[in-house]
Amino acid sequence: MAINLDDPKKLRGLRDQAHQVAMNMLRPISRKYDRAEHTYPTELDMLAAILDGLNDSGTSQGAGAAGVRRTEDAGPTGNRNGANMATVMGAVEMCWGDVGMMLTMPRQGLGNSAIASVADEEQLERFKGTWASMAITEPGFGSDSAAVSTTAVKDGDHYVLNGEKIFVTAGERSDSVVVWATLDKSLGRAAIKSFVVPKGTPGMKVERLEHKLGIRVSDTAVISFTDCRVPAENLLGTPDIDVSKGFAGAMATFDNTRPLVAAFAVGCAKASLDLTRDLLDRAGVTVDYDRPAQNQVAAAARFMQLEADWNAAYLLMLQAAWMADNRRPNSLEASMAKAKAGRVGSEITLACVELCSTVGYSETELLEKWARDSKILDIFEGTQQIQQLIVARRVLGLTSAELK
Amino acid sequence: MSLLNSLKGGGRHGVPSGDQRDAMGVLLATVQKVTTSSLLDRLGMRKQAEQLVFTSTSGGFRVAAAAGRTWQKVGSQKAGVRASRSAGDGVFDLTPTEDEQMLVDVVGEYAAELVRPAAAAADEACATPPEVLAAGLEIGLPMLGVPEALGGIAETRSAMAGTLVAEALARGDMGIAVAALAPGAVATALGLWGTEEQQRTYLPAFTGEKTTPAATLALSEPRVLFDPLEPATTATRTDDGFLLSGTKSAVVRGAEAELFVVGATLDGLPTLFLLESGPPGLEVEADPSMGLRAAALTRLTLTDVRIPAGNVLGDADSYRECVRLSRLAWCALSLGTAQAVLDYVTPYVKERQAFGEPIAHRQSVAFMVANIAIELQAMRALTYKAASRAARGKDVARDVAWARKLCAEKAMQIGNDGVQLLGGHGFIKEHPVERWYRDLRAIGLMEGAVLV
Repeated sequence: MAINLDDPKKLRGLRDQAHQVAMNMLRPISRKYDRAEHTYPTELDMLAAILDGLNDSGTSQGAGAAGVRRTEDAGPTGNRNGANMATVMGAVEMCWGDVGMMLTMPRQGLGNSAIASVADEEQLERFKGTWASMAITEPGFGSDSAAVSTTAVKDGDHYVLNGEKIFVTAGERSDSVVVWATLDKSLGRAAIKSFVVPKGTPGMKVERLEHKLGIRVSDTAVISFTDCRVPAENLLGTPDIDVSKGFAGAMATFDNTRPLVAAFAVGCAKASLDLTRDLLDRAGVTVDYDRPAQNQVAAAARFMQLEADWNAAYLLMLQAAWMADNRRPNSLEASMAKAKAGRVGSEITLACVELCSTVGYSETELLEKWARDSKILDIFEGTQQIQQLIVARRVLGLTSAELK
Repeated sequence: MSLLNSLKGGGRHGVPSGDQRDAMGVLLATVQKVTTSSLLDRLGMRKQAEQLVFTSTSGGFRVAAAAGRTWQKVGSQKAGVRASRSAGDGVFDLTPTEDEQMLVDVVGEYAAELVRPAAAAADEACATPPEVLAAGLEIGLPMLGVPEALGGIAETRSAMAGTLVAEALARGDMGIAVAALAPGAVATALGLWGTEEQQRTYLPAFTGEKTTPAATLALSEPRVLFDPLEPATTATRTDDGFLLSGTKSAVVRGAEAELFVVGATLDGLPTLFLLESGPPGLEVEADPSMGLRAAALTRLTLTDVRIPAGNVLGDADSYRECVRLSRLAWCALSLGTAQAVLDYVTPYVKERQAFGEPIAHRQSVAFMVANIAIELQAMRALTYKAASRAARGKDVARDVAWARKLCAEKAMQIGNDGVQLLGGHGFIKEHPVERWYRDLRAIGLMEGAVLV
């Protein structure tokens, strides 16, 4: 045992593999689908098959979102560099390729993360291979996910869902949707459960797709549920309403997805940094790492600062994933990683556009696209402010009633 | 000429050199001059003013550097003993080794029980109490970076252990930490780059029972936009050695130092020189600064100081490595002091009431604390990564630059927010946050002095 924050040796192969996939399969079609919003990139079917193959053969520990399950097996007692680290490292490279495509990768949806985090063994087996999107947000709330007003009423061996969900990523393309609904609004957070609703279930309808600032390749749907009957066994986790446990069940998803979304932001920002480094270099600006920043040209000093912030976000992301791999509670670290990565993701991609002038602003390069794509990463899966709230409550030891 | 001079208001007292006095300005300046001088005499303060202690004032007070012990040269000019690189198993890990953890525990206790209680007075006195320094010697601070084969305690390269120790010390107080770590910086440098003769001549004093000398690593110079890779201090060759000339600033405990490592340009390349105290041409004056006052900062003026041929320490490459490892040590110090800020403001904002509830219940306050925690963890991650790589003998140029950039910016922000969170109370010396604010400004501008 010794402190070492370099990329783990055994995961470097996976990282490099994902980088090749991103470079050779995502980048060539990145601009095409940014322009053709709402068009499904059929090229991804081939890629998804390759990823499935890698996952099944065990050569990869999951380059997508599907690999974030916390297994209960004891495993070796020593230090582990496992599936969570593999997942975020793979995701960084894939998002270096195109973050929107990562979000619309078949069978790698955020709903898959929810299933992996909350489902029991039987459900895990039954929903294997499904492409699940995630439906939490409603027209009436965003960050305040305890305000779910979509209802689920038990009727025999089914639940009947009613309500409207917005901002469902991959909502049209996915095979099923993980829907958050309340069993009893008066019982608050504890009554909120998630349900896997397969596409084609009567009463479920994709109303429309949104036009967006970025991640245009990823479809973002509005989905309505009208007397939509879902088999009772599709409720993820326990149907019991344990008021003492509160929100823990459904929220557990987020501890797993936050390092992942941090990885999305880190990957997108890495794309901007890598290209800007090259463009600056060709313009005659290189960073001298041994000279004080203030003695160098402003562009070099600024670039060094962006790199410092990027590396910090990368390491916080790895730390959160490493803690999950070693079964340490990482709620605080996951939120720190998401907060840092989300904000520097925007800062870096926007600064790179500025540094490259109209070369950065023009659609002839992808820098402007990454500056649009990055913005959502500081918003979804918990905004910057929500992450700060979580960190503040933990650090200060305050409840949600004390620190609102 | 004199009229011209009295018209020229600028160029001193912090007034830009282009500023001119007008007629009113000349009159006011004259009145001020008379008032100041007569006041001093009337109050009988003239004598006192001239007797201000050496350490807390600058200008006019120069002492020849302490004529310390004489060092008996032994050994040859071949390369000295080197600590091996620490082995890496390629596994990501944030857990210190058992030895490192023990060290951190011991140093942490020292920082909490001896350093922190002494900090305010040491800041005031511009000196660290001898008993605090002595206790630091007892726990082996100067031997940390010295290989076992040379009587030290380092089994392998000590950058990681040194980082953890500097962090733990600075959680007590940064100024005292710097004072206590200064001799170790010189010992570490000797371990890393010394010839056999240099190691055998100087190191026994650091690793012996009770005679640890005050020693200091002097890289900084009093110049705007100072770049340590281009020292204006020069070394010129003579028949039997070198002549050193120039000025070094922010030199830790320079007035009592018995051994200096000084950076100077030799044949166009930055080079480290070992300089024993007391030679003709070496003068020391106090250089009290914004913070780090417990480190008793001084300025060295070197005028054709004679240095023997065998006292070049390493080469231009090791000079560069020294700059990097020193910056890393400053990053480590920033972690400790930033942690002290977080530890201090956390209970404060929960207790301090405003508008009928603790101010911590307000997001604008709570989010500042959250950001301190987030950025501190980010600083720590970058610093540990660089340190771990240094211990494993990897190239750390970029890692150190990133750590330093982030630490310089965020540590100062944390120092600033620490005072802000206490409001007016943060501005007065009853609370330590104003000292941390001053100390944290050192990060990103200090070069040398400490080394991991």
